[in-house]
Amino acid sequence: MIRLLGILIGLGFVAVAGWSLAWGVGAYVTEEHEESVEHRFHKEPRDIAYSFDGPLGKYDHRQLQRGFQVYKEVCASCHGLSYVAFRNLHDLGYGEEEVKAIADRWQVPVPSVDPKTGEASTRKALPADYFPNPYPSEVAARAANGNALPPDLSLITKARHGGPAYVASLLTGYSNPPAELPADSRPGQGLYYNPIFPNLNIAMPPPLREGQVSYADGTNPTVPQMAEDVSAFLAWTAEPKLENRRAAGWATLFFLIFATILAYLAYQNVWHGGASRRVRQTGPLDPENMAKNDEAKSDAGIAG
Amino acid sequence: MSFPWAEEYRPKSGFTRWIDQRLPLPRLVYGAVGGGYPVPRNLNYFWNFGVLAGLALTIQIVTGIILAMHYVPYDQAAFRSVEHIMRDVNQGWLLRYLHANGAAFFFIVTYIHIFRGLYYGSYKAPRELVWMLGLVILLLMMATAFMGYVLPWGQMSFWASKVITGLFGAIPLVGEPVQQWLLGGYAPDQPTLNRFFSLHYLLPFVIAGVIILHIWALHIPGSSNPTGVVVKGPQDTVPFHPYYTAKDGFGAGVFLILLAAVVFFAPNYIGHTDNYIPANPLSTPSHIVPEWYFWPFYAILRAFTVDFILPAKLWGVIAMFGSIILLFFLPWLDPSPVRSGNYRPRFRQFFWILILDILVLGWCGGLPAEEPYVMISQVATMYYFAHFLIILPILSWTERTLPLPASISESVLHGEEAEAAPADLSGVRPAAAE
Repeated sequence: MIRLLGILIGLGFVAVAGWSLAWGVGAYVTEEHEESVEHRFHKEPRDIAYSFDGPLGKYDHRQLQRGFQVYKEVCASCHGLSYVAFRNLHDLGYGEEEVKAIADRWQVPVPSVDPKTGEASTRKALPADYFPNPYPSEVAARAANGNALPPDLSLITKARHGGPAYVASLLTGYSNPPAELPADSRPGQGLYYNPIFPNLNIAMPPPLREGQVSYADGTNPTVPQMAEDVSAFLAWTAEPKLENRRAAGWATLFFLIFATILAYLAYQNVWHGGASRRVRQTGPLDPENMAKNDEAKSDAGIAG
Repeated sequence: MSFPWAEEYRPKSGFTRWIDQRLPLPRLVYGAVGGGYPVPRNLNYFWNFGVLAGLALTIQIVTGIILAMHYVPYDQAAFRSVEHIMRDVNQGWLLRYLHANGAAFFFIVTYIHIFRGLYYGSYKAPRELVWMLGLVILLLMMATAFMGYVLPWGQMSFWASKVITGLFGAIPLVGEPVQQWLLGGYAPDQPTLNRFFSLHYLLPFVIAGVIILHIWALHIPGSSNPTGVVVKGPQDTVPFHPYYTAKDGFGAGVFLILLAAVVFFAPNYIGHTDNYIPANPLSTPSHIVPEWYFWPFYAILRAFTVDFILPAKLWGVIAMFGSIILLFFLPWLDPSPVRSGNYRPRFRQFFWILILDILVLGWCGGLPAEEPYVMISQVATMYYFAHFLIILPILSWTERTLPLPASISESVLHGEEAEAAPADLSGVRPAAAE
């Protein structure tokens, strides 16, 4: 009875899904398929080799310091870094005094309260403070940027497909719109053509130009160099515990593999061991056991 | 409480006897997962996955309780508190990555556990209730995982909660009030986050309770086995401990190695990048997707695109819930007396088509709702329902099955019991209750 009912209900579902399918096929056959403009002109981020790629990779502290310099001198005028504190800069190899000096000289003061009057005021940043936002509110940020909101950069390399390579490619991806780009996809007022950006036109003006910062370590500040450095720095802001994670990962894996080998030997010992037998010769991969197993299988009529 | 075919517990010392007479907990453990539980000797590695699912739940509960000590269920602070865990809590990154990827691994082992049951006919008499309780656990897991995904209050959290609760909005008449009741408002907001946190903390313990019922019901007939033939005597079984505890120990090691490889070296591979953007009710992501373990069901939901008496959206919701509800009736839809797929050649072919079908559904569910993926998911949806509701009932009438082995020990040992039988089976052992 349940089976008959089941068949009826099953036929019902198949019929309704088939009805949708028929309409879908009909529409697919009759309608024209046009590739979207975004799809046609979009470019994938280029391949960039970072020092922290792969399971053994580590951050290059000199590169992170250069990237921080680019953030500080270029990006910080519009983009916040609100999940990172000045004290975290120790991870980049800065000493205690250097971190204090960076916080003390930061261009945006930290909101505070006047200790005498209790009125809102500002003070200089301390190492314990998080990076202050360049704009007091979202409204102020939009007002200053043609209604576009510059995103916080703390997590940007984890919040975009392609990660740091996407960020670096975006920063170097600006170009003149190609001649065959349809008119309604051309950058409007306050927009710039950048095929790395998903909808091709981005509100951020090209932020980097040759020699914009002067690196303390003498590295030549080309645009691709600065883009790579700042994207490496933003990979660190998004995943500051990456090196701890990988170190702990190798230790954990070595331990687990060792423990699992022991567990396997214990398992074999329980099932096939015995005072007189050696574990290795009586495991499931022992040719004698495999032959027995195959014979039993074929006798029982089990294929393969 | 003991189990009908568990071996009698005999305390080894005066102390355990004293405990056993007052609180028979040692007796319970001995009969449930100790030397007192006789298990078919021919279980393969697919029988490890129940224990692995229990291990995964334990990892989720332990990491989750510690995460809850640092997480703040407040819409203005939730996202920041997660970043606080990642950056400032000692080993917080490890806890969160273990919890997020642990959920995915929980679903992987549970799905393998379910497919093992489907292939070897573990849902058939006398284990129908074991199967149905397992499905209850699956539904509770889905609810728990969904609510947990909302807690970080990222973009995907927010919009997934809007889409999933919107499914209830498709129910005629009561749909909208039900949706508002679930959300605590017209859209996901502070009340939603707070109640999801509360329920996300509660449901894992409900799952643990249903797991106890699942294991209790399993211990009445005892475990099934790859031949599907019932246990005929002590020569067919080995005691759970040490035989299967040792085997499960090895399985747990492999499971933990794979989990550690993902947690430590690719912790964001499974997640969605948009969930590292704080929730913004004014900005809809271009492509809203649930986590991968919901993709097959999401594909079924979106396969119904044309109104047919009822609105298309309602058909999608009915089909999505129906795709799991129908599994509750599986023991009666497929009453073939042969349990194991090893002896059902036709069933076996359709089983592998079903696996492929569900993989295709999952693939479509993760892609945008564009052609030709919608058409592919419609064909796959048709097969999914046809498999369980049409093919299996007809197969169970018409299929010619292969001859079964006379007993479990015959199928494994091939008449060499004396040599290969474990030494401690000399004692008299009650046969399986059937």
